[in-house]
This record gives sequence, C-alpha cells and structure tokens, in this order.
Amino acid sequence: MRDTERHTTGRRCALLSVAGLCVVLAVVACGGRGGGAVKGPVDVAAALRQPATITVWTWMPGTPEAVKMFRRAYPHIKVKVEHVGQGPPHYQKLRTALKAGRGLPDVVHMELQYIPSFLLTESLLDMTPYLPPEFLEGYPEWIRRQVNVDGGIYGVPWDTGPVGLIYRRDLLEQANIRTPIETWDEFADAAIAYHKANPDSYLVNMPGGQMGQWLALFWQAGARPFSSDPRNLKVELTDPRIKRVTAFWDRLYAAGAVSHDPDFSDAWYQGFARGRYAGWVSAAWGPVLLEDFTRNSKGRWRAQALPQWRRGEHVSGNWGGSTLAVLKGTEHPAVATEFARWILSEQEPVEMFAFDRYLFPARTAMLNNPRWLDRTYPFYGSQAVDRVFADMNDAVDTTWEWPPILEYVATEGDAILGKSVERGAGATAALQQWQDAVVEYAEQQGLEVAGR
Amino acid sequence: MGDTTRSPRDRHARAGLAFTLPFMALFAAVFVAPLLYALYLSLFRERLVGGREFVGLEHYVEGLQDEAFLGGVGRVALFVAVQVPVMLGLALVLALVLDSGRVRFARLFRVGIFVPYAVPTVIAALMWGFLYGRDFGPIADVANRLGVPAPNLLGADTLLWSIANVTTWTFTGFNMIVLLTALRGIAPEVYEAAALDGAGAVRTALHVKLPLLRPALLLCTVFSVIGAFQLFAEPRIFFTMAPQVIGKDFTPNLYVFNLAFSDHRLNYAAALSFLLGAVVFVVSFVVMHLSRRPATRG
Repeated sequence: MRDTERHTTGRRCALLSVAGLCVVLAVVACGGRGGGAVKGPVDVAAALRQPATITVWTWMPGTPEAVKMFRRAYPHIKVKVEHVGQGPPHYQKLRTALKAGRGLPDVVHMELQYIPSFLLTESLLDMTPYLPPEFLEGYPEWIRRQVNVDGGIYGVPWDTGPVGLIYRRDLLEQANIRTPIETWDEFADAAIAYHKANPDSYLVNMPGGQMGQWLALFWQAGARPFSSDPRNLKVELTDPRIKRVTAFWDRLYAAGAVSHDPDFSDAWYQGFARGRYAGWVSAAWGPVLLEDFTRNSKGRWRAQALPQWRRGEHVSGNWGGSTLAVLKGTEHPAVATEFARWILSEQEPVEMFAFDRYLFPARTAMLNNPRWLDRTYPFYGSQAVDRVFADMNDAVDTTWEWPPILEYVATEGDAILGKSVERGAGATAALQQWQDAVVEYAEQQGLEVAGR
Repeated sequence: MGDTTRSPRDRHARAGLAFTLPFMALFAAVFVAPLLYALYLSLFRERLVGGREFVGLEHYVEGLQDEAFLGGVGRVALFVAVQVPVMLGLALVLALVLDSGRVRFARLFRVGIFVPYAVPTVIAALMWGFLYGRDFGPIADVANRLGVPAPNLLGADTLLWSIANVTTWTFTGFNMIVLLTALRGIAPEVYEAAALDGAGAVRTALHVKLPLLRPALLLCTVFSVIGAFQLFAEPRIFFTMAPQVIGKDFTPNLYVFNLAFSDHRLNYAAALSFLLGAVVFVVSFVVMHLSRRPATRG
C-alpha cells in the first residue's frame, strides 16, 4: 500500500514538475487538507459486511437501476436515492445542508467544475484510501486530472461532455454549405451564408450567458484562465486566447448571423423544433437531449468534430460531466466510496448507463467498447454519433483547472456577458468587468489572487 | 385604586395572556428569533478562507454604496410608482361598478376577477411567460397574422412592465374585494341622504363612496407597496426565459437570494435584507403620511 501511494505521488509530480512545483506539491499533498491519505490501508470489504444505510443525492436517471445491481452485490447496504434538484438548485441545497451540518447525504452528485469549490470549503472526502490502487488508471488523462486535485481523489467520474458540433444536414445542404465544417473561419463564412439564404434561421444560437459553453470554447482555444489553488488563484479572463474566441462570436453577432437567445428555455427548445437553429455547438450529452424535443426533424441531424482554429488540428474542450463524491462528514466513508466506485466502474452498471441511459461514459474501457462506438442513431441518419464525440474526448486538453469559486465566476459571467451581448455590445467588451468582479470577490473571500 | 379593583383585572390580564400565548410563542419562534439571528449575522463577515470576524455596520455601509442593490431598489420604486396606481385604479373602478347594483351576474364577475389571486404566483408567472413567448405565444401569433413583428415582451426595456402586468392580473381581484367589502360597510342612510340631496349614481360614487373608501384604499396601497418591494417569485421564474435581462440583481430580494445562495455572502445578504426592510418601512410611512393629509383637512 505504502509503496503504491508513493508511486502514485511520484507520477503525479512527474506530471506537474513541468511547472517546477514538485517539491512544494509533495509537501502539500502529504500534509495538506484531507489528511485521510496517510491513514493507510482500510478494510473496505469488512465495512461492507456490516449493515449500513447511505443516502445519495443525484438527479441522474438510471441511478435506481444501478442501486438495484449494487444491492445484489452488497445486500447489507441500504441506499436511499434523493433527487433534490438539478444543477444550481442541487448545489444550493447542498450548501445549505453543509452550513446547517444536518440532513447531509453520504454520496453526492458533483459536476467536474464544482470539485475545487467544494474542496475549498473542505466538504469533500479524499477517497484515495478506500479505492483500489491505480484506480484512476481506468480513465483518460484529462478526466483523471479533473478529479485528482490537490493530491487526493475527490470524485469517481461518471460522465463527461467533450464538445462537438451537431447540425441539420438538410438545411445546410439547401444553403449549399459544405460539411463537415473544419475550421472556425469556415464556420463564420457558413454562418453568414446560411443566414443570408434563410433570414428566419441561424446556423447556431450562441447565448451570451452560458458560461459552460463559453468556457469549453476558451478551453479549446488554449486559454487557461483559472487555477484551483486558493492560495495562488489565477484569474485571467482577458487573456488574448479568450478574446480571440469572444471577438470571433462578436463578429457574428454584429453581422446578425447567429442568434443569442437564452438556452434551455422553452423558446429555445421550440427554436430547434421550428428550425430557427440549424445547429448547436454541443457537448456529448447534447445529441440525445436534442432528440427529445425535435422529433419532427428525425433523421436529418448529423454530428461532427468541433471546428478548429487551425486546419488539421484536433482540439476540444469539455462542457458538463459529473462524478459521485463523498462528503467528509459521512459516517460510512468506506461504504460510500465503494458505492460510488461500484456503480460507476463495474461493467454491469456502466453498460446500463451507457446503453440504456445514453450517458456519455468516462471510463476508458467503455469509451473503447466497439459495441458502444458503433451504435447508430436513427435520429442522426444512422450515424455512429458516439464515435464522433469519443474522438472529441481524445482531443480534450488535459491542463484545464476550475476556480475554487465556480458558483460566483459562472453566475457573474452569465449575468455580465449575457447582458452585454443582449445590449449589442458584444462579449469581448464585458470581459474586463467580469475579471474585475471575480478578482474583487476572490479577495473579499480571503483567497490570494496571483500577481496581486 | 385599592387591591380590590386590581385583582379581577389581573385575572383578565392573565387570561388574555394565556390566550395569546400560543400566538406569541409561535411569533417569537418563527418571526422574532430569525429576525434577531439575521441581525446578528449581518454584523459579522464569514469568508470562504479565513473564517469569521465582527465587522459591525460595515455591511450596511457597503449596501448603501452597492450599485446592484440600489439599482434594484430604484427599479422596484419605478414599478411601485406605475403599477400600484394602475392596479388600484382598476380595482376601484371594478368595485364601484359591481357595487352600483347595475351589473348583471355581479357575483360571477366578482368571483371571476378574484380567481387569479387564487393562482399561485409561480404558476401565474409561468403561464404569462408562455403567453409572452415570441415564438409560440398568442400575442406573437396575433402580431404575425397582422404582419407586424412580434413585440419582445421579455426584453430589457419591457420585462419590468411584463412583470407589472402579471402582478396587476394577480392582485386586482384581491384589492377589489377589499374595496367592495368596505363599500358594503357604508351605512345605507348615507346613500339615502345623498339620494335625497339629488345625487346620481356617478356623483354618489365620486363624492360619497370615494371619500369613505379612503382607509381601505390606504390599506391596499400600503400592502401593494410592500408586496412590490419584495418582488421575488416573478423575476425568479422569468429568469429561465430571459436570464440576460434579469441577471442576478433585477429586484433587491432576488439579489439578496443570489448573494446568500450562490455567492456565499450570507452575512451581507442579511444586512441587505434589513436595509430593504428599512426602505419598505420608510416608503410605507411616507405613503400613509401623504394619504392622511387631505383627510385631516376635511
């Protein structure tokens, strides 16, 4: 056990030594928060033979089926699944319960981007001692690095959202637009040409206030605006690579070639059904979601790789994706961790989530499963859509970090960029205000902002 | 003033106390205690890193300079200035018409106008959101048929008034019932006297009923003003349809909510709640003062 631990830490340092921080990090990793890592071997199997009840907060469909499978393996463990909201309301309830110190679940749905924020409040358990050695080897590197923060493992990956492009082939063909669209330059020309040919329709809709999408595009463009370290927080929202992305979209806004309606609203769903939008810069979970509300255009959709900044490149970013994390206050750390590990890494539940629930898998084995890769979607003209996004998954850059104040960064960005784009002032003009707001907030909350 | 007179009064007082005790206990537990706790919270600052410290009135000073907060207060003040007179005017006219006894099916109308009040605010906001929808709402539909561009009722310039419409729709009936009840309370002799003096229906309404309605109208105004300053559910629902307009601080209450639950600034949120309470108190006081003045003259 000890040996493996040292080995893992060594490898982690090898990865990070690029930044020349190895020594510092090793010290932090061993003596830092969590403290669980030095506990030594834990007899997880013994814990699972004792009767216990754990509570799980998640909104993911399919969880009850997975729980049934889990209980066949571990009949002594009772699992209560509670759906307390999806997205922000879920985290608001979690924050409230953490504040109260009561009514907390043991296992909690935690999206990748929130992990550093809940680490900052010391709410998450380092799962390392309860997981098999080399557990993270089963995941692509970029995902591994998303859950492996500050020397611990703070979530078992569930699904992810590498970004690509989906579009209506029929509408684009009618407008004489060649697909696939390979570069962003081609994309801009296509958007302008498409709107000229169809004045009531847009190639895509790009809301000003959707940080998930913006950040994924910044990610693709090579910007790294944040670090997860509260003692040396990087905030670089006016980075030239970010401005390159926002300026690109500003040009299309100004030309009236893309719309900027708020997304995930009823009007937006209707927009797809009515053909107001001919495409969507979407994550891997997008294609199936779209299918639900645009039945009338079945068979006419296609998926393709995300357009690139330079021809021939192969880079993407990620939008969404989640894990199961264990809260520090749990009375059953071993059971809770094993539950998360079991339902998210054993073959039976993993296949159930991927095949029956169309969840985009995080595990390498599933991502390479030919039966899954070759599955065709009638809605997409029998295209093997998962293969397109699995390809994008390989292209997600590994070095992106989330800020430990994600809730503020995202909601403030949504408001500032959303309003600016709505006013017609564009996104680029709003970046400085966003930067200033985030820095002011970070300092007010006692974080140390790098370079200040 | 001997002991003999005091003892029965004492017994009364004790009985009274016993009767009000359940109320007082609940009032203290669910109203006074949270209020005091919020006041206590507002005097501290708790950071994500570095824990908690006493800051005194710092949050209140910050609130008075916070553009987001002041902007929200300004927005609801504008809302009050327009929506409250429109709604109460409407309620007043409807009450006078229904009270005139010249309307057939008065009872049906009364219930019909009151029904929106029974619709939960969230449902009302959702429903109106659909009606306002630019792509599939009936308003857009009519505009399309007439060949004019559909109005953007969820835009930056229009949303406040779209919300005003929802609250007017919801609360006109309630206010009408309050006014109608007040009208029913007027002694019939007053009307007889007016009729003997040769006053017609319109004259009676303007010169007899209206002055006598003053206390009820005042009550409605104060309730409406307080309600408007606490606007929360409507902007929160409209957020899903127009987040780029609502943002985090469209109304003071929404701002307080976001500060507490997405920005982790519970202490500052508590301070702003008290500031908002103070604003509501002052505005209500001014409204009462302004409406009383003519009455004392008469």
